[in-house]
Amino acid sequence: MKIIDELLAQLPFATVEQTGKEYIVSVPAENLYETASFLKNNPRHPFDFLMDIIGMDYGDSLGVTYILSSTQFPGYILVLKTELADRENPEVDSISELWESAPFYEREVHGFFGIVFLNNPDMRRLFLRQDWVGYPLRKDYDADPNINPIPLSDEDLDQMEDLPCIEVNQGNKFEDHHKMFEAEEYVVNFGPQHPATHGVLHLRVSLDGETIKKVDPNFGYIHRGVEKMCEAYTYPQILHLTERLDYLSGSINRHAVCLAVEKGIGLEVPERAHYIRTIIDELTRIASHLLGWGSMTMDMGSITAFVYGMRDREKIMDIFEETCGGRLMTNYSVIGGVMNDIHPNFQRKVKEFIPYMCKMLKEHHMLFTGNPIARGRMEGVGYLSKEQAISIGATGPTGRASGWSNDVRKIAPYAAYTHADFQEILRSDGLTFDRYMIRLDEIEESLKILEQLIDNIPGGAYAAKTKAIIKLPEGEYFQRVEAARGEFDVYINSRGDKYPYRLKFRSPSLTLVNALKHISIGTKVADLIMLGGSLDYVVPCIDR
Amino acid sequence: MFHFDVVTNWIDEFLRTYLSNGWTLFIEFVLIGIVILAAYAVLALILIYVERKVCAFFQCRIGPNRVGPWGLIQSVADMIKILIKELIKIDRADPVLFRLSAFLVIIASICTFGAIPFDRGLHAVDFNIGVFYLLAVSSLGVVGILLAGWSSNNKYTMIGAMRSGAQLISYELSCGLSLMTIVMLSGTMQLSVIVEQQTYAWNIFRGGIPALIAFIVYLIAGHAETNRGPFDLPEAESELTAGYHTEYSGIQFGFFYLAEYLNMFIIAAIASTLFLGGWMPLYIPGWESFNQVMDYIPPVLWFFGKTFFCVFLTLWVRWTIPRLRIDQLLNLEWKILMPICLVNIVLMALWIIYV
Repeated sequence: MKIIDELLAQLPFATVEQTGKEYIVSVPAENLYETASFLKNNPRHPFDFLMDIIGMDYGDSLGVTYILSSTQFPGYILVLKTELADRENPEVDSISELWESAPFYEREVHGFFGIVFLNNPDMRRLFLRQDWVGYPLRKDYDADPNINPIPLSDEDLDQMEDLPCIEVNQGNKFEDHHKMFEAEEYVVNFGPQHPATHGVLHLRVSLDGETIKKVDPNFGYIHRGVEKMCEAYTYPQILHLTERLDYLSGSINRHAVCLAVEKGIGLEVPERAHYIRTIIDELTRIASHLLGWGSMTMDMGSITAFVYGMRDREKIMDIFEETCGGRLMTNYSVIGGVMNDIHPNFQRKVKEFIPYMCKMLKEHHMLFTGNPIARGRMEGVGYLSKEQAISIGATGPTGRASGWSNDVRKIAPYAAYTHADFQEILRSDGLTFDRYMIRLDEIEESLKILEQLIDNIPGGAYAAKTKAIIKLPEGEYFQRVEAARGEFDVYINSRGDKYPYRLKFRSPSLTLVNALKHISIGTKVADLIMLGGSLDYVVPCIDR
Repeated sequence: MFHFDVVTNWIDEFLRTYLSNGWTLFIEFVLIGIVILAAYAVLALILIYVERKVCAFFQCRIGPNRVGPWGLIQSVADMIKILIKELIKIDRADPVLFRLSAFLVIIASICTFGAIPFDRGLHAVDFNIGVFYLLAVSSLGVVGILLAGWSSNNKYTMIGAMRSGAQLISYELSCGLSLMTIVMLSGTMQLSVIVEQQTYAWNIFRGGIPALIAFIVYLIAGHAETNRGPFDLPEAESELTAGYHTEYSGIQFGFFYLAEYLNMFIIAAIASTLFLGGWMPLYIPGWESFNQVMDYIPPVLWFFGKTFFCVFLTLWVRWTIPRLRIDQLLNLEWKILMPICLVNIVLMALWIIYV
């Protein structure tokens, strides 16, 4: 695009490559902050959405890759790359001041690659214990269990809450330490085992009476090292890991990896497979939103509403069971199409489900939406402004509730979404009630998509033939899809092997916890739980 | 009409023919104590079963259906389980207060339970200050809850106990004021007299609009007193795991659990005694044959019928409405229910004078 070309021309030190709507910009490490700041703050085309930060190990050097996009032209992606030659002491300037999502991403890269981000005030490892030896995602990592034995004692609290930081002031580097909480603060643990954290999330919350002063999320309790595992798995094997990320939108995640690999090997997928995948994705989205709605209501103390959500979700699970064999882990998309053809009952059951769900949505609204206590609790609480949502990168229903149009199904349509006529639901207030309503409205919209597609599934093969061993040509592949909680991205760096050299998933839930950290300040304990429900994060997606 | 005083008077006369006055009283006290404790336990089991079935009904489920026919023995099995569970010793908890608080809660509940008139002759203590006694004793429970939260050495229980203190003390006011309205109408605090007065018109009809308002306010405030949803902030399982009784296990937890269910029953029983005529059948003046039919239903059944109707109302509310937040809870009491109660008392005075 002309604007981007002109912008990039102002950066003399950058080398630019363009493939389609992707710009790959390489800059030296010392110019990184300058470049990022220029890209974000330029008035013509601000790249205000930091999608992800990816750590890289190129073998002889380390690297950091930033994926940027903008709200103005969301279809265009800018991949900002930098290489760090010093493997012993890799350092790069932090961009945590520019984007609010950056601190968490940088902590993740720091934990796995040992890259230090100068001036990031919190350089703890995000997923690992602070006493972990080595950097697991580096290629020369030694996974000997004697080096990192299974810990038999709890992590030291002082160490957990000691924030190391390397500051640079007029060219002088000096190490600094902050404390997360003061000694006299009343700190309560929510999690890792707690009925309302939707998984094994650990929130350390500083309270003043019932009012929340500070929230410090701790991750990694169920981290399985999926990205590291992927480096040793073939592409068809990797698919199985994707559903274990955000298990509630498992088939959507799987779809993303399939699309990325298909793009890489240039495989033409039959139209029938596209339709079936889209229908399965939308059913998954409805199921996920129903559960999200239900668990939010349960967080507010209404168990009956939760059971109602589960009851309707059960119908979708039954449809999945017939066609895919699995209920939660559908294992349905494969590279080239889908695993099996649809069950003879599939179309009939989906068509029966659409009017049923429409009816039940009315019941859900009657039971909960209009309830004065529920309205009283949701209104005016948990404001997330549009600017902040973009800065945090809170995609999906959360961002759309704040008025940020970020639906990948519209921005970069994939599969059969181009054949369906649907609206992107947007609300403007960014309050808890908007995040609540948007889920129910999106269910309605998904039903519309289903209605249009279900009768028009084209005939033909349900999957394209693939080779027995799938090798991705050397290069980088990037695929965005709209999962139930937000934008789910897959980045594959291939060196022509049957295994990826590096694979990175963008977790929409990580940014949602980051949002929780910001919007829960000043609310009550009960609100913290409710806000968590309204953001609807799924922890296995964070702890990849 | 069959009243239970026939049986109780016969036992009394039978004992007196053979024993001195002192021994008679002693045996009667022991008997009453045993009966009350047994009734307390059995009622709790019934209530737990009822709650689980009703809750299942609201949630489109079946509910317990495995142990015994229709799952009837499920709560008995649960009781046996809770009796044989280990009492976990809490590190750095205050052992004396920790144990004492469970007893305080259940003693307050049993004391209240003893003063409920189930029937003429089935009424253990009949003070001339009955209503006053009920209010006084039932509010002792909050001490137990506060101590439980304090002595457990846990931040969740502490927050739960503090919420509970704020909540119970606030709602005590509305509870008391709405009962006061009925005391004004009846002119007495003695429960047996209050019930006898309602022979031809239950207080809710006799007292007209003010009594109806008082009834609704009492149901809300009483429901809040029982710490059950939507007023279950002290427990708030999605926020505070189990609130003030997080650290309790085995039968110590069972005491809190029993007290919670029985308090629900007690609140319903007080509501039916003061507003719905207690064990009095429904009489309509002038409809003699109708009244005679009503007489065939024993008063104990009338009492339990009305009480379980009120229990059903609380279950309905509990399983439908989401939990309030602490500021909403206090707003509801201090800005809405309390003023309504105060105005209602004036209304009732006017009602008594002019109607």
